[in-house]
Amino acid sequence: MIAVAERINGMFKDVRRAVQKKDPGPIIELAQRQTEQGARYLDINVGTAAADQLAAMRWLVEVVQGACKTPIALDSQKLPVIQAGLEVCDGRPVMINSVSGDPDKLDIYMPLAVRHNAALVCLTMNVEGVPQNVEKRVEIAMTIVAKALEHGLDPTKVFIDPIILPVTVDQKQPMFICEVIRQIKTVLCDPPPSTIVGLSNISQGTATRPLINRTCLVMLQAYGLDAAIIDVLDTDIMDAAITADVLMNRIIYSDSYLKSARM
Amino acid sequence: MPLPALKETYTAGVNVVTLGATRDQGGTRSVTYQIGGAKTLPFMDPDGDAGKPLLIAMDVLDIEPEWPEVLTAPYGDVLGNPAAWAKKCVEEFGADLICLKLDGTDPDGANRSGDDAVATLKAVLGAVGVPLIVWGCGIDAKDNEVMPKISAAGKGERLLLGPAKQENYKRLAASCIADGHNLICLAPLDINIAKQVNTLVIEMELPADRIVMFQTSGALGYGIEYAYSIQERQRLAALAGDKMMMMPVICDVGYETWRCKEAKAPDAEAPEWGAQAIRGPMWEAASAIALANAGADIIRMRHPKAVAAVKKAIKALQG
Repeated sequence: MIAVAERINGMFKDVRRAVQKKDPGPIIELAQRQTEQGARYLDINVGTAAADQLAAMRWLVEVVQGACKTPIALDSQKLPVIQAGLEVCDGRPVMINSVSGDPDKLDIYMPLAVRHNAALVCLTMNVEGVPQNVEKRVEIAMTIVAKALEHGLDPTKVFIDPIILPVTVDQKQPMFICEVIRQIKTVLCDPPPSTIVGLSNISQGTATRPLINRTCLVMLQAYGLDAAIIDVLDTDIMDAAITADVLMNRIIYSDSYLKSARM
Repeated sequence: MPLPALKETYTAGVNVVTLGATRDQGGTRSVTYQIGGAKTLPFMDPDGDAGKPLLIAMDVLDIEPEWPEVLTAPYGDVLGNPAAWAKKCVEEFGADLICLKLDGTDPDGANRSGDDAVATLKAVLGAVGVPLIVWGCGIDAKDNEVMPKISAAGKGERLLLGPAKQENYKRLAASCIADGHNLICLAPLDINIAKQVNTLVIEMELPADRIVMFQTSGALGYGIEYAYSIQERQRLAALAGDKMMMMPVICDVGYETWRCKEAKAPDAEAPEWGAQAIRGPMWEAASAIALANAGADIIRMRHPKAVAAVKKAIKALQG
C-alpha cells in the first residue's frame, strides 16, 4: 500500500505556525519522521496558513525537498497553487492532488501531469457533486480513464479517488466504495488505473476514529486499494496496512516485515 | 482509443553491485565487474533493461579436493596449488571470477588456520587479476575466526565474502563494512529468511548495493525446482519494488552437481546413463542454465566443459 503522509498540512497548528514564521524546523522534522515511518509520498497542503498560498507552497516544497528524498504530493484545489509547487520540484516523483472528474478540468490537469511526469489524483465527482451510488462513481472513473488514454497519461499514474463519506452520514457508503474500487481495478482497462482514498473522512464525528480508520483501510485494501492519504505516524494503522499487504501476498513476509516495509 | 503496449513493465529493478577494485580504486585487480541492474525478467530484453551480464565464478579450493576423476582430469597438476589453479581457470577456462572456497579451514577436516587462509588468498590475488569471492568453510565458529582475517588482508579489493546467515551474520557483516567488501547473505531455500537476513544486515548499515543473495541452490534432480521458484519470486518482488529483495543472486551449481550420483557415478557403475565424461558436465550445465533463467547473476561452477557450454548458451539467450 502506498502511504501518502498527511501531516504537512496548514490545517495543523504546528505547520500553520511554521509557514507563517517561515520556520523550516518543524517541517523538516515532519518530513523526516514521516519518511522513517514508511511514507511513500509526503502530501503538502498549505491550507489557510498564508495569505500568499503560491509563495507558501513554493517554500514548503523547497523545505521538504531539502529534508529528504521522498516523493511529494502537491495538495490543493487551486491550479495556480499546484503549478507553483511544480515550478520548484527538483525532478523527484510527484503527485498532483487533486482534480474532479469533469472533462474540462481533466483536459487541463492531465496535460500538466504528462508534462511533469506526475501522478494525478482524480476524484469521482463532477459539477453535480459526489455520487451516492456505485454506478455513477464508476461512470466518472471511466471518463477519467478515457481522458488519460486520450492525453497519453499512463493509467497506472492515474489515482482514482472514489471519495469516502463519513460513516455517520451514510453507513451504506463504505461497502459502496469497496465495490467501486473492485470495479476500477478489474473492468476499466489493463493495466488498471491506481486507486487512492483520503481515509480519515470515514471517521469524522465518531468516537473511535483510529480504529475505524484502520479497519476501513484494511477492507479497502482487500478490494484492491493501492494508496491512501493517512497519518503514517499512527503506528497501528501503518502496521495494519503492511500486515494486510503481507496477507494479500503483495509483500513477502519476514520476521522483520513491519520494519523492512518502512525502510 | 490507442492499443496499450503488450510488454510487461516493472517499477523497480535489481541493485548494481561492483566486484573488485583496480589500483586506482584501492585494490590490485586488473578488471572489475558489475552485476545486477536488471529491470525485467531474465532474457526478456524487449521488455526492458536486462542489466549486467551473468558471470561465471570457478571454484578454487584451498586444499586438494576429493573430486571424481572426470572433474579433476581437466585441471592436471594444479589442484594442490590454489594460485596455479586460479590462473588456469581464468586463462584457459575463461572464468570471470574466482571463488576461493576455504574448505581446508574446516575444523573437522584439515583445520587450517586463518593465517593459512590469508596466505592462500594473497597467493590467488597475486596470480589472477579478476575479482575474488571468498567463501568460508560453513562452520560458524571457525568462519568467525577466519573470515575477519581474510577481510582485513583483502581490504580495498572489494571482495565478495560469505556466507552470512540468520544465526551468524554480525561478525562477517561488520568486517565487510569495515574493509569495504561485498557480502553474500545465505538462506536455506527460504524466501522469508532471505528477506530477514538482508534486513538484519542493512540494519547494521551495510549498504544494500553491497549485498548478494544466496539460496542454497540444489542441483537438477535434487530440488532445483525449489531454488528456481524462490529465485523467480525474489526477482518478481524486486521488480515490483521490494527493497529487501533487490539484491543480485549467486548460485552454487558446481558443488551441488558434483555430489549428485548422476554426475559422480563412474561409467562402470551406471553404464546405462552414458559416459560420465559427458554426463557430468552436462548435468552441471543444465542446472546452471536453469538457474540463469531464474535470474542468477553469478553462478559458481567446476567443470570447464560445463562452463564453456553455459557461456555459449547464455550468449545465445542474450541474442
